[in-house]
Amino acid sequence: MQVSMTVNGEAVTEEIEARLLLVHFLRDQLRLTGTHWGCDTSNCGTCVVWLDGEPVKSCTVLAAMAGGHEVRTVEGLEKDGKLDAVQEGFVQCHGLQCGFCTPGMVMTARALLDRDPHPSEGTIREAISGQICRCTGYTTIVRSVQWAAAHEAEGAATVEQDSVTVGSQS
Amino acid sequence: MTTLEDKPAQEFVNNDEHPVGYGRMLRKEDPRLVRGLGKFCDDISLPGMLHLAILRSPVAHARVVSIDTSAAEAHPKVKAVVTGETLKGLNLAWMPTLSNDVQAVLATDKVRFQGQEVAFVVAEDRYSARDALELIDVEYDMLPPVVDVRRALEPDAPVIRDDLEGKADNHCFDWETGDEAATQAVFDKADVVVKQDIVYPRVHPAPMETCGCVADYERVDGKLTLWATSQAPHAHRTVYALVAGLPEHKIRVIAPDIGGGFGNKVPIYPGYVCSIVGSIVTGKPVKWMEDRTENLVSTGFARDYVMQGEIAATKDGKILAIRTNVLADHGAFNGTAAPVKYPAGFFGVFTGSYDLEAAFCKMTAVYTNKAPGGVAYACSFRITEAVYLVERIVDCLAYELDMDPVELRLKNFILPEQFPYTTKTGWVYDSGNYEPTMRKALDIAGYPELRREQTEKRARGELMGIGVAFFTEAVGAGPRKDMDILGLGMADGCELRVHPTGKAVVRLSVKTQGQGHETTFAQIVAEEIGIPPADIEVVHGDTDQTPFGLGTYGSRSTPVSGAAAALVARKVRDKAQIIASGMLEVSVADLEWQKGSFNVKGDPAKSVTIQDIAMRAHGAGDLPEGIEGGLEAQICYNPDNLTYPFGAYICVVDIDPATAVVKVRRFIAVDDCGTQINPMIIEGQVHGGLTDGVGMALMEMIAFDDEGNCLGGSLMDYLIPTALEVPTWETGSTVTPSPHHPIGAKGIGESATVGSPPAVVNAVVDALKPFGIRHADMPLTPSRVWDAMQGRPTAPI
Repeated sequence: MQVSMTVNGEAVTEEIEARLLLVHFLRDQLRLTGTHWGCDTSNCGTCVVWLDGEPVKSCTVLAAMAGGHEVRTVEGLEKDGKLDAVQEGFVQCHGLQCGFCTPGMVMTARALLDRDPHPSEGTIREAISGQICRCTGYTTIVRSVQWAAAHEAEGAATVEQDSVTVGSQS
Repeated sequence: MTTLEDKPAQEFVNNDEHPVGYGRMLRKEDPRLVRGLGKFCDDISLPGMLHLAILRSPVAHARVVSIDTSAAEAHPKVKAVVTGETLKGLNLAWMPTLSNDVQAVLATDKVRFQGQEVAFVVAEDRYSARDALELIDVEYDMLPPVVDVRRALEPDAPVIRDDLEGKADNHCFDWETGDEAATQAVFDKADVVVKQDIVYPRVHPAPMETCGCVADYERVDGKLTLWATSQAPHAHRTVYALVAGLPEHKIRVIAPDIGGGFGNKVPIYPGYVCSIVGSIVTGKPVKWMEDRTENLVSTGFARDYVMQGEIAATKDGKILAIRTNVLADHGAFNGTAAPVKYPAGFFGVFTGSYDLEAAFCKMTAVYTNKAPGGVAYACSFRITEAVYLVERIVDCLAYELDMDPVELRLKNFILPEQFPYTTKTGWVYDSGNYEPTMRKALDIAGYPELRREQTEKRARGELMGIGVAFFTEAVGAGPRKDMDILGLGMADGCELRVHPTGKAVVRLSVKTQGQGHETTFAQIVAEEIGIPPADIEVVHGDTDQTPFGLGTYGSRSTPVSGAAAALVARKVRDKAQIIASGMLEVSVADLEWQKGSFNVKGDPAKSVTIQDIAMRAHGAGDLPEGIEGGLEAQICYNPDNLTYPFGAYICVVDIDPATAVVKVRRFIAVDDCGTQINPMIIEGQVHGGLTDGVGMALMEMIAFDDEGNCLGGSLMDYLIPTALEVPTWETGSTVTPSPHHPIGAKGIGESATVGSPPAVVNAVVDALKPFGIRHADMPLTPSRVWDAMQGRPTAPI
């Protein structure tokens, strides 16, 4: 069957098997490998992408179900070569180690801040509780999201100034 | 050579702005990983690549009567179907494990655990490969399984390993350490003896990325390239050479970005061998990625020790001796990935952080119809089990003596002046200063105030518990004379090249799975030669590009490979000094090193930078006599001893008396891992391990039913902590450098996994003290805590 959707702002039309999962469509067919696969049971959340702005677990969505909808993946977060504040927060606060769960975490956190720019710690923990990180123990992920919230509140100029300069001398 | 004494004590600079060496520094790995641009195994796609899927046994113990693959072979998208019989013809049906046992690649005679590999299919795409598995018809002749470890050695137990010649029972090995008679003598004279059965259930590392690989065999030049989820690419390459008979120089193992390892990615799994065979058979690259169930039911589990602990003490709380008897469940094949001479790993450190008169351990290991493994999940080769045993039994003693568990520990610590300290089981602890670490944790926790709060709450019928644990770890295997894996000595190579413009590349034998090697190893080299970390590329995980070494597990990267990186940098610096002496026309002895440059003693204006020296080393000008051009070096580091990090952990829990749900309210961890390279990364390593510990203590268990069906085969059944089950971690540190490590560093990767389970369990048991509970086994799920509250705590197996 043929499916058409928007992925990270671009119109996409592809031939697919009806049973193809969205996660495999994105990874194998469109080669957007930032979205990961970690379980088959919607428990781990490494596969979280947005469907019309809402986080979904793409391992339990058929690619066909995304037809006519708008999909956004981690690859669509960076704008003009500049990281999203949430991505930057993860770098600044050591919110990742192996980086496997990170794309899903980042997508969920971005969606949270879009609807609640000043979430409490409890709200952040609740928001990411459908996802598993085996490395960080979550405290630094919470800090990363708080960093993003604080820097977005301070405005774009501040974010610019604090942008990541990994390993560089200034 | 720089010694520790030359260095100022632990001065951390803000490396975010001025990276020069040790200190907090943002990670070089992160910019690609936060963008989703990491390259994990399943992200690899090669032209013409096929997909492999494995048919697994649905039962725990059965004879394989027949396998009919004809329907699968007829599937239009299937390229190959392979069974154990096919592999037998290639002499590949069995492979050695890392413990000198053998394991079936594909079953030929029997299946011995649920999930065991029986056949594989190679097809054009993932879904078709899975479809074809459904078309394979296997006839099994059911055999009774051995599930209960306590019954494995009964005379009428079915024999699992009848593949081993003359094998008539399920005995795997016996092992003991310490002095039995001396320990008995101390127990005989002791005022108090406490005995406790303690079970450490089977758990699973369950990294977020499952295991998998892409095998690409080039028929014409005979070169095999294997991208694999491997924590030890060099060791894997050598084993493939030995198993498959492929020449080692024609094998290239590449471990790309790895989505967490925790020991799960140390062993060689049948799937890797199948993929290699698949690529040879089809002439195409072949990808195999496990699904989550395959990962949980078939790959390296951890723990599964049934222990009996005994502790002897005086009535005023001086601990005299510890004795333990262990029944170890090794599953169907002994797949433990521990140094060969250590079949029980480093369990011998069960004497903990205490100065004892005697100690003894006797262990019996058995085969059962369960998945193989044993050493995985950040355990430092069985130190998780050892520390859990000692820290639980010490709390049992505190209970019997009605003594505060902190006071009891403080009374029995090995004293700072006793280091290096040889334990009664022969381990030489390199350095330690335990009391300040304990006191720091108590300060952060506000211990007296917590006890006051607990007293008030108890009076109101509320259940609050405070658990304390103090651990000593032993990490950084070798030395090579004592420690090897399949004959490969546990040492690590390192190579450093400084390019003409003063940028450098350092090549490691170890491989990050999230620990941040690309950052910390650049920092180690930067500290030694003054080139900023941003100018140092860390190359790792590719056997064609890096020197030989045993890999990353057992917290050995910093103790072994980190030492190699520091020493290779000093070797380069020594050569740089000779070249500098020529450039400045003074003798070598007249030069002094400022991080990044040499200057003439007493005349700082006369100096050359490491970058100037690098250009001279590669340039056209004269070099001092006898000095070759170039600025590079290579070494292989063989550690003198393990390093012994330690820490004090305090856990505070509240238990809902109506539902028996345990809530971890606070967790304080003070760790000492010697010299700190990057405190941000150390904190991260600790946080992750604490979460593992809470998971094991409260939630995680790979359980089996009586038929040997695995009951933890999905993440719906095998519970891993989410952000809601763990608190905001409170951490601190002390610094007691290792005297034998070149930079004084010790490993930190597994300290928290080792130290936190007893802290959590001790807290829960403390909360249950009003019910007269002295011990309850993990996992402390609500139903099991409820049973304990009714006065009938049960063992989980």
